[in-house]
Amino acid sequence: MDALVTFAHDWLWLILALPLAGAVLNHFAGSRMPEPLAGVLATLASGAALVVAVVAAIPWMFGDEHEAVTVTLWEWMPSLGATLEMRWDPLSITMTLLVAGVGSLIHLYSIGYMHGDSRFASYFVYLNLFAFSMLALVLANNFALMFLGWELVGLCSYLLISFWREKDVAAVAGKKAFVVNRIGDLGFIVALMLVFGAFGTLSFDTVLHDPGSTLAAGTATAIGLLLLLGAAGKSAQVPLHVWLPDAMAGPTPASALIHAATMVTAGVYLVARVSPIYELSDTALTAVAVVGTVTALLAATIAIAQNDIKKVLAYSTVSQLGFMFLAVGSAAHVAGIFHLITHAFFKALLFLGAGSVIHAMGDEQDIRKMGGLLKKMPVTGATMAVATLAIAGIPPLAGFWSKDEILASAFDRGGAYTVLWAVALFTALLTAVYMTRWFILVFLGQPRWDEGVHPHESPRVMTIPLLVLAVLSLGGGFLNTPFWLGLEHFLEPAFEGVHLQHVPEGTTGMVLIVVSIVVAVLGLVVGWLVYGGGDERRERVLARFARPLRGAEGAWYVDEAYERTIVRGAAASAEGMATIDVTVVDGAVNGVAWLVRKAGESVRPLQSGFVRNYGAGMVAGAIGLAIWLVSRGV
Amino acid sequence: MTPTPEWYLTLAALLFVIGLAGVLTRRNALIMFMSIELMLNAVNLTFVAGGSLVGNLQGQVSVFFVLVVAAAEVVVGLAIVMAVFRRRATADVDELSGMRG
Repeated sequence: MDALVTFAHDWLWLILALPLAGAVLNHFAGSRMPEPLAGVLATLASGAALVVAVVAAIPWMFGDEHEAVTVTLWEWMPSLGATLEMRWDPLSITMTLLVAGVGSLIHLYSIGYMHGDSRFASYFVYLNLFAFSMLALVLANNFALMFLGWELVGLCSYLLISFWREKDVAAVAGKKAFVVNRIGDLGFIVALMLVFGAFGTLSFDTVLHDPGSTLAAGTATAIGLLLLLGAAGKSAQVPLHVWLPDAMAGPTPASALIHAATMVTAGVYLVARVSPIYELSDTALTAVAVVGTVTALLAATIAIAQNDIKKVLAYSTVSQLGFMFLAVGSAAHVAGIFHLITHAFFKALLFLGAGSVIHAMGDEQDIRKMGGLLKKMPVTGATMAVATLAIAGIPPLAGFWSKDEILASAFDRGGAYTVLWAVALFTALLTAVYMTRWFILVFLGQPRWDEGVHPHESPRVMTIPLLVLAVLSLGGGFLNTPFWLGLEHFLEPAFEGVHLQHVPEGTTGMVLIVVSIVVAVLGLVVGWLVYGGGDERRERVLARFARPLRGAEGAWYVDEAYERTIVRGAAASAEGMATIDVTVVDGAVNGVAWLVRKAGESVRPLQSGFVRNYGAGMVAGAIGLAIWLVSRGV
Repeated sequence: MTPTPEWYLTLAALLFVIGLAGVLTRRNALIMFMSIELMLNAVNLTFVAGGSLVGNLQGQVSVFFVLVVAAAEVVVGLAIVMAVFRRRATADVDELSGMRG
């Protein structure tokens, strides 16, 4: 074990270096390689990082190692505490294994999905760069390096959303994601300034070790709320949730990796990582929980009425991220990270399955034009059934355990959190309903395909990741069950000194589990009754809810409201500024120029170009001087 | 009737005014040069006469400096006139008013 701890200490840098090397190599040589080679290299780079991470994690997972190991690669700005320093503790181990693991599967899947794309190598450059950035984010041991990774994943997200840049939709969506994330990043930066002002360093070692002895309560609240703004931007929480659904314009595997499994969960990781600061402020903690719950409910209602196969999943992701925020906002950090993990499994699976369907249907994304695909695509269909049951919260699949832990923790916290629990429970019902609808419309019933579409099962390079993720979605929940709290014991050392919210014991706990099972099954039944009874019956039932469904389909017109208020307001103020620039600023500059020109024009005739005029001037001057000298009596 | 220094000063003034009139009225660059030389020599005459009036050599020494500088000035000036003449085939200064504002 000691040898492995030394290994972790000596070779941890490889986890960052391998994906970065892959990105650099593919950037310079990728376009000259035969097609699959660039993808294979990228997959190997990501896979090798995973192997290093797994070996380095063994002493913590199976040994009795608990202390964090920190590795300083480079003293960048030591006085700021902004060194290139990696932190290897249970929390970063969990995130690293998740990012590298799911990331490697998606790299592999992408080799099949991106087949034939003209910028095949560029895609893998971005994917490897993303893996590097995300790992830097989770491995950082100070806020500066974390912020660097935070911004780099934002850049990769932008590059991958607008990957098909010739399409207007993709270019605009990338820009929107970038701008909305900047709003959140502003909060993050100001929070970092407050942290530095209070502690004089950005290093986690100092800041997160007993911050209560340094921070005033008001400062802790301010830092917590500002970090929440940053986290809400990255994790698409209300009111900054609008960018994620549009981000579906990117390649589907990129959506699976960045906009479902890893990057968007960075906000949850951030709150969990700085939990010692949130510990000091009930206001900030409650704000996190409220934002999460509101987001979960809002996004779930929207997901019910979407018709794009990826948009349903996008709003579902926003909703599930809301659950995670509710968890970390209830100080149930382990539950939050647990749901982050299980969600990464089943949501990555759902997106990859959606990609497989889109691939098979010839780029058709409208679920109203699908149906009956289970027979044509048995592997995709079966794995999607697993994922649907997992996210709906049917035991013993992964989603049930993590979602139940979140709900029970929120309930146990009591007070205002009881209301949040009730809302979240209703959201869980909606989750089961919209996922049932999604599955039925895509895979069951009669085919509603356009003519000339011949669906077929995807190649093996795409179905293998599906199967692996399906197994993880089936069994991932056993990481942390009420009967065996493996993840909780593993993560606890990372939350030293933080009061963790647990699930209630005894009868209350059992009742809550039963309630959450009943709700999940109820959701499935409702979904089946409405959508499973054939097209005619569905139309008849939905007609009764036409008005609210139209609102939900339009995402409650949040985009339109932003357009009318913020976007147009900004445009109007910009135009006002432009007018001031043209009239006042330009006017002053042009006025000075005009004055100089007029003055010049008025004295121009003096320069006649005739030598004798100049001579006469000299003579007149000399005579004048002489008269002056004589008159004052030399 | 012996010439007194006043006579020389009067002659010098006369020569200076003739030269000045030449510079201001003639259009040929060479004639203007000759007029300028006339004005310079009028000044030289004043120096010498003044020196003899006061009774020291400073006036005559100044004349040497004026002669040397005038020679240098003529060299540069004639070279310019030659260059202009080659290009424009005229030495009429009224034709050379291209620098007019």
